[in-house]
Formats: sequence, C-alpha cells, structure tokens
Amino acid sequence: MRTFYGDFIKGIWRENPVFVILLGMCPALAVTTKAIFGLSMGCAVIFVLTSSSLIVSLFRKFIPTQVRIATYTMIIATFVTIADYFLKARFPAISKALGPYVPLIVVNCIILGRAEAFASKHTPVRAVCDALGMGLGFTLALVILASVRELFGSGSIFGVQLLGAWHRPWVIMILPAGAFITLGLLVGIFNLFKRKG
Amino acid sequence: MNKDLTVSSSPHMLNKLTVPGVMWGVAISLVPVVISSVIFFNILAIRLMLTCVLSCVISEAAIQKLRGKKIAIKDGSAVVTGLLLAMVLPPALPVWTAVIGSIVAIGLGKQLFGGLGYNIFNPALLGRAFLMAAFPTLLTKWTSPFTLDAVTQATPLGLMKFSQIKTPYMDLFLGNTAGSLGETAALAILIGGGYLFIKRYAGWRIPLSFIVTASILGGALHAVNPSVFPNAAFHLLSGGLLLGAIFMATDPVTSPVTKKGRWIFGIGCGILVIVIRSWSGLPEGVMYSILLMNGITPLVNRYTKPRRFGAKR
Repeated sequence: MRTFYGDFIKGIWRENPVFVILLGMCPALAVTTKAIFGLSMGCAVIFVLTSSSLIVSLFRKFIPTQVRIATYTMIIATFVTIADYFLKARFPAISKALGPYVPLIVVNCIILGRAEAFASKHTPVRAVCDALGMGLGFTLALVILASVRELFGSGSIFGVQLLGAWHRPWVIMILPAGAFITLGLLVGIFNLFKRKG
Repeated sequence: MNKDLTVSSSPHMLNKLTVPGVMWGVAISLVPVVISSVIFFNILAIRLMLTCVLSCVISEAAIQKLRGKKIAIKDGSAVVTGLLLAMVLPPALPVWTAVIGSIVAIGLGKQLFGGLGYNIFNPALLGRAFLMAAFPTLLTKWTSPFTLDAVTQATPLGLMKFSQIKTPYMDLFLGNTAGSLGETAALAILIGGGYLFIKRYAGWRIPLSFIVTASILGGALHAVNPSVFPNAAFHLLSGGLLLGAIFMATDPVTSPVTKKGRWIFGIGCGILVIVIRSWSGLPEGVMYSILLMNGITPLVNRYTKPRRFGAKR
C-alpha cells in the first residue's frame, strides 16, 4: 500500500511535472489564459495518461524494445482521439478554445516520459497510481498558473469576478509573455518552498 | 596576515570612478532633462518622477532585504533607474501604473538576475516594455505641454506616421511637443549628455554610431520617397532617439564592453529604430531596438573579444 501511495504522491509535489521536471511546457504556457481551460486540459491529460499507462504496463512484456516508442505513441494517440472527440461533442466551446493543444497531447513529453520511464517497467496498479499522481500534479500546476493569469488579466478566477471595476486588466498576462513570466515566478516560488521544506 | 602581500584578482589598476560616483553622476546629468520636463509638464512631471524614484528605491531595498543581501540603495542605481523610467513614461500616467512599472523594473529587470551588474536588459526600459504590454491604452495617452488636464495629443512621430503632419523643428528641439516625460526636449538631453561625456561616465561610441546610423538610414529612405518617410533631422529630434542613445544605450551593464562591440551595438540600434519606425505598426521603436540589442550583448562581447598580445588568430 505504501508503495502505491508513494507512486501517487510524488507526481503532485516532489516530482511535479510542470514545476519540477519542466515537462509539458507547450500546453502549460499556451492554454492557461483562463482557469477553466487549465482544468479542462488537465482532465484530458489525466484521462490520456492513466489509460495509456495502464495499457503500456499491461502489455509491457509483449512490446518489442526496438519499436516501443512507436507502439507507445499509437496507444497514446488512441486515447487522445477519444478525449478530443469527447470534448468536441460535449464541450464544443472549450474544445475550440483549447484549439490544437488537445490533439497535441500525443506528443506531450509527460505521457511519453511516464510510459517509457515508469509504466513499461512496473505493474499495472503502480503504473496507474503513478499516472494519476502525475496527471493531478500537472492539472494542479495548470490551474494555479491559469488562475494567476486570469486574476491579473481579467480580474476573475473560473469566471467568478473577484476584482472590482477598479481593476484594470493587465493585457500582458493574457499574452504569451505573461505565461512565461508567471511560470518563471511560480517555479521560483516552488523551489523556495522545496529548499525550505 | 601581512597586508602588503594580499593576492587579489584583477583589475589591479584602479581609478577614481566608482559605482556610486558614476550613478550619482548620471543622476546629475539628468538635471537639465528634469528641469525641462517640469517646465513643460509641471506638476505631472514632479508627480511621475517622485513616484518612480520612491517606488524604485523602496522595491530595491525590500528585495535586497528579502534576498538577504546588504541594502545598497545609497549607490544611486535605483534612483537612476527610477528617474530614467519616469523619463520614458507618458506624463499623465496614473500613479499606481508607475508603481507597478517601477516594481517590475527593479524586481524582474534587475534583482531577479542577481542585482546591479548582472541584469541582461536595461531595467528602466524593461519596466516600460512591461507596462506597454500590460496597459497599452494608458501608455499611448499623451499630454500636450503646458496643459495640466489630460488633453490628449499625438506625439510628433504619431502625427507624422498616421496623419502626415510635420511638427516644427524648433518645437522638437526645445521640447514643446507631446511625448514621454523626458524625451521631448532635445536641447536639455544634449546638455546632460555633454556633461556625461565630459565626465567620462558614458562612452561616446554607442551614441555616435546609433545617431549616425539612424540619420544615414533615415536620410536614405527620405531621399527615396520623401512623401512617406520623414528626413533625418526629424528622426533625430522626435521621439526617444536622443534620450535612448545617450542615456539608455550607454548603460554600462547592458551594453558591450569591447570597443568594436560598442560600434556594433550602436549601429544595430540605429538600424532597428529606423526599421521599426518606417515599416512596423508602431510610431516609435527606440525602446525595442535597445532591448533587442541588450539581448545579443553577451554574444557581441564574446565575438569581439580582443586578441591577446602574441596570440594566433
């Protein structure tokens, strides 16, 4: 039980994919203009990551080493297509806002990285624990990043207006430059906490 | 330990120039610009300059305390950053905006890189670039001189670019135009710059190559198509070209250290300014040209490293 918990919890804090390993930067920077987009992206990644880790782990004995990356990509692409079509059918507005970044989960380094580094070497249960932890860590990071940007850029978080009319939107926080500045500062704060704790 | 036998790293030959000396010297050289800005924009100028200088000094002290460093606000670098930031902002800018700009200039522009001497980009210009991206409408609201209420008027460059209206040269020279606080008065900038060069607080290579390149390129474009492109004199006197060339591009931290590198830096700035002014959607490009050249300064330093005596090529 302890190992399962350890596999799960490390992705949220100690090996957080965004703030510590700095993987999956492309969606982390591009879709985080509003908190809801960060959350949707995170959920899509949790689904794809958990499913593909499970399948990769189940078939780890049968996948030939020479073609393993191609096989992983095929497995991931299957689940990405499911996630993409699901979003398109049920949440067309969010699907439109996320744009090409949902299909691009196929080449997301976190998912391929977990398949290669963890799922292909461990039992299905451990692989799922690891995937859920990493996915949650990714989602958490995206929501924090997007909330900060939405708060300064639009005065709201998850569409709830928190700052009054006195707040003048900081246009830069909605622009890519704001994403880089916010991510940099958050990684810095994260490192500060890690060093102390 | 015997004090005479202390071994220290270079430089071994010291002169009288110290960091606080240079910084306060730059502050003194800004006096003519400060006076002219107070004449033209009155209480707005005083308000903006006080806000920027105070918030720069306070953020410098606060961040140095947070980082556990010695608080070194007496060296005057934060005061100079604050003054320069005020000089490149519109006079009627709200106080809170100027405070944000100052915090970004000192925090992101300087202390984040490790403090004085380690920053890649000119802190004052970085603060302005941040404000420009964050609040574009506030940063393009200009006040006409001698009016305290915010009567908005386009800058000479804006008038030229979007309405083909020419501002008289005398107004441009004395500073009787709309624009950033310290950029309008060419005369005051030249007086301050003269003091800067006589006292050797700034090198002459960057401003000279910057101004000459911009004039040649601007003049050539004017010769090709006079109806669209303004002439060289207009380019020099309008906008922030003189202020940028003399006070911003010469920042010893963010410009190349080698002589050849300084020529490259100035020429690059000059080309970029004219390109941005002539073909981009913006009327003015001094800030971005200097920031872009700041970015390649480490590369310029590396490739213009002088050959050691006797070393083979």
